[in-house]
Amino acid sequence: MISVGTALPEKIVYLDRALLKAYADASGDQNPIHQNEEFALSVGLPNVIAHGMLTMALVGKYVTDWSGGSASVKEFGARFIKPVIVPAGEKVDLTINATVIEVNGEEIKLDLIATSAGVKVLGMAKAVVIKK
Amino acid sequence: MFAPDSVGRTFAGADSIKISQSEIDAFAAVIGETDTSVAPPTFTIRISLDQFQNILTRPEVGLDWSRLVHGDQKFEVFAPVKAGDSLRCSATIESYRVAAGNEIVSVRSDLHRGEDLVISSWSTLVVRA
Repeated sequence: MISVGTALPEKIVYLDRALLKAYADASGDQNPIHQNEEFALSVGLPNVIAHGMLTMALVGKYVTDWSGGSASVKEFGARFIKPVIVPAGEKVDLTINATVIEVNGEEIKLDLIATSAGVKVLGMAKAVVIKK
Repeated sequence: MFAPDSVGRTFAGADSIKISQSEIDAFAAVIGETDTSVAPPTFTIRISLDQFQNILTRPEVGLDWSRLVHGDQKFEVFAPVKAGDSLRCSATIESYRVAAGNEIVSVRSDLHRGEDLVISSWSTLVVRA
């Protein structure tokens, strides 16, 4: 039974430089801050960072795995509050949790929490789904 | 220089962006989605950001894209996108403000398939000081 307060199982996905390259190619976002460490450092970043939209896409996959596929999402939003930092040769975690915060008829609203290396990377992350 | 009188205006973008199965497949593969009968919910960001860049950097709007970061993003999906769709794009500049030297622009993308609005999305774009 799904009701307000229902917690979804936690999921951890891992990001590495190869995934950032794959997302750059698939999304068309070739900004060098997501691939080139020298460039990222030159603009004041701590290292190469993941595309905020890659983080959001991975959280979206977490949502749709639970709700029954891509077509189940009605609304999805997030604020990019901290970058996911992806050093060369490492796999960094994206740890995702969610709680049901509203049930309106068949629509379910989720509050989403995404952290990497213990730091919250998305703010105000919410999705509205119709679970299949 | 950003032109403040562009706030509230809607700009027409591309009128027929064709969605191919291969681009949905490539996007889905990155996030581990195997069902590609419809596009993942954030797939259309590749269209919207490209349209925003084309529209917001026009001389009449004047946004500096080179120092831009993505502040937040929201999608409202009325009908999922799928391969074979042809999408008509528009962008509406909803607000503009300057805070601590950063320019903050909120812009909405509307994607239509024929007469039907399929996805609206909102992006807050920040031009760093």
